[in-house]
Amino acid sequence: MRRGLLFTKTFFPVFLLLLALLVLGAIASLLFGARSLSVQEVLGGLFGAGEGLYEASVVQKRVVRTVFALCCGAALGIAGVLMQAVTRNPLADPAILGVNNGAAFFVVCGIAFFQMNTAREYIWFALAGAFVTAVFVLGIGSMGRGGASPLKLVLAGAATSAALSSLVTAVLIPRLNAMDEFRFWQAGSVGAGTWDSFWLLLPFLIVGVIAAVISAPAMNALALGDETATGLGVKTAFMRYVAALAGVILCGAVTAVAGPIGFVGLLSVHVIRALLGPDVRVLVPMSALAGAVILTVSDVVGRLIGRPGELEVGVLTAFIGAPLLIILALKAKVRAV
Amino acid sequence: MSTMAMELVRRVRMRHRNRWAIMTASLAVVAAALCCAMLMLGNTIYPVRDVAAALLGEEVKGATFAVRTIRLPRMLAGLFAGFAFGVSGYVFQTMLRNPLANPNVIGITAGSSAAAVFCIVVLQAGKSVTSTAAVIAGLLTVLVIYGLARGRTFSIGRMILVGIGIQAMCNSAITYLLLIAREYNLPAAVRWLTGSLNGIRMEELSWLIASVLVFTPVIVFLSRPLQVLELGEQAAVSLGVRTDRTRVALAIGAVVLSAVATAVTGPIAAVAFLAGPIAVRLAGTARANVIPAGLVGAALVLAADLTGQFAFPVKFPVGILTGIIGAPYLLYLIVRMNRKGEL
Repeated sequence: MRRGLLFTKTFFPVFLLLLALLVLGAIASLLFGARSLSVQEVLGGLFGAGEGLYEASVVQKRVVRTVFALCCGAALGIAGVLMQAVTRNPLADPAILGVNNGAAFFVVCGIAFFQMNTAREYIWFALAGAFVTAVFVLGIGSMGRGGASPLKLVLAGAATSAALSSLVTAVLIPRLNAMDEFRFWQAGSVGAGTWDSFWLLLPFLIVGVIAAVISAPAMNALALGDETATGLGVKTAFMRYVAALAGVILCGAVTAVAGPIGFVGLLSVHVIRALLGPDVRVLVPMSALAGAVILTVSDVVGRLIGRPGELEVGVLTAFIGAPLLIILALKAKVRAV
Repeated sequence: MSTMAMELVRRVRMRHRNRWAIMTASLAVVAAALCCAMLMLGNTIYPVRDVAAALLGEEVKGATFAVRTIRLPRMLAGLFAGFAFGVSGYVFQTMLRNPLANPNVIGITAGSSAAAVFCIVVLQAGKSVTSTAAVIAGLLTVLVIYGLARGRTFSIGRMILVGIGIQAMCNSAITYLLLIAREYNLPAAVRWLTGSLNGIRMEELSWLIASVLVFTPVIVFLSRPLQVLELGEQAAVSLGVRTDRTRVALAIGAVVLSAVATAVTGPIAAVAFLAGPIAVRLAGTARANVIPAGLVGAALVLAADLTGQFAFPVKFPVGILTGIIGAPYLLYLIVRMNRKGEL
């Protein structure tokens, strides 16, 4: 492949714009919240001038939260690229495929039946849940003629989500303390992020990113169809497993530490693809950037409109992301739907 | 020869009609039995005599309060809401000729719920305003989804996808509204996100009961054209059905029923979706299954509520149980349709 194809003319403007948005989002995330701080207070908190003050501790919390949101957003952005590439389906998103609810159900079981109460303990459960659900939904969605069409996948995902969320509630209702724990997990969103959960997320993030980078060229070939890809010398099946596993690991790990957050992957991939084209090697890093921007900004907005409490970031991303789902459904060809 | 053949056809048709009548009557009996059970069972079990006396207005120690203020509204809510969900689900499934098409999947109930929650939380509105808003929101949702999905050629698949998107938006709006509500509490959240019969009072039911009594006869009256619609657009037109008008009237009736029921109980998952196929399986297709579908819906809600109340050490809201029953069936249906290549 020619090198020139990788960077289109719009690449650098878009890259700079996203970078600027990222910085602005991060600054906003430090400044705004239930109690907004001034620039001096934030600087003081950051560089230790206001040691021991209330503001300083708020700033510390917000720094964690911002870093955490950036990482989660990036992970979800990459997961979106991988899932869409693997399923060759524009609607593949953890929320739509029910992967979030799968992880949630396993976490609930961990809390309710195995007395788990820290993310470190139930992250494996969340990963297992995400994995099982993804396999299940993809299995049902790709039955029959024509493989996994958008409609089949979305329907299978919606039905699975419905079943899982009923089960989650059914497990929780008899157990009040588990319910508290779970609500904290579910509602905590990125606000519950601590350095602990950040360090917990990091290895998964690194593994996922490496797998994504390795499999990106193969995903490009896969987009041409399985046979062409094999003809080009790509080990289709193997690379597909690598990419799918990376996608599940990324979104499962984020779900474990931050609760279910949907539509970030869908949004970032489609925005970037519309701007920069379908090259997966471009999509992976840029969608990560876009995901980080979207999640951080949504988190700030959620804090502002939910005052004095805060609106979970997942609720907000669903509200922004669902219209995109509708637009995509309308754009899809009737046959493909 | 031909007279014999005609006689045979007539006899088979009679048999089918008899089966339909018998099944409908049995469904009514089942629903009635469940209603009685709803009135009799509770923390204290009252015999039929006490329940009847309490209903007739006599003062029975303990029973009068329990039956008339707690169990009767709960039972009526389950009965009428279940009936309404069943009928509206059946109408949509038959009209669009797709078992997946129902108010839940298309997102109409989500629209109604969001409007109802908005009225209660933000406007602090009364019951009649809330019901009206739920109905209007339901109709608007249908219009939006239909308008969006129509495009150049109408496709039910696209309608379902759009509906799932709208549902996601409405649910996030509901979550937000519950967050800003002053008395944020879990029971309310459960009712508006999954449906529950807990704590329903008598005065909340008037709109639901009135709409069921008004719209069911209308839909039954239109059910012959509905059956013809099932044969397909062209066949219906050539058989003299005014397809557009019939469709609009049926859609309005179905939306009103599901919206008013949603305004009272919240969206009880999967009832609208299960009732139609079960009714058709039981009663056959000799006549339109509007009433059987309604009865199946009512029986499902009442049975699920009884199970949720008494079968476990803790009480589960009805929507959780119907959701757990309904979702596997939905998955089964998707698998089956995938196999046949219908999706």
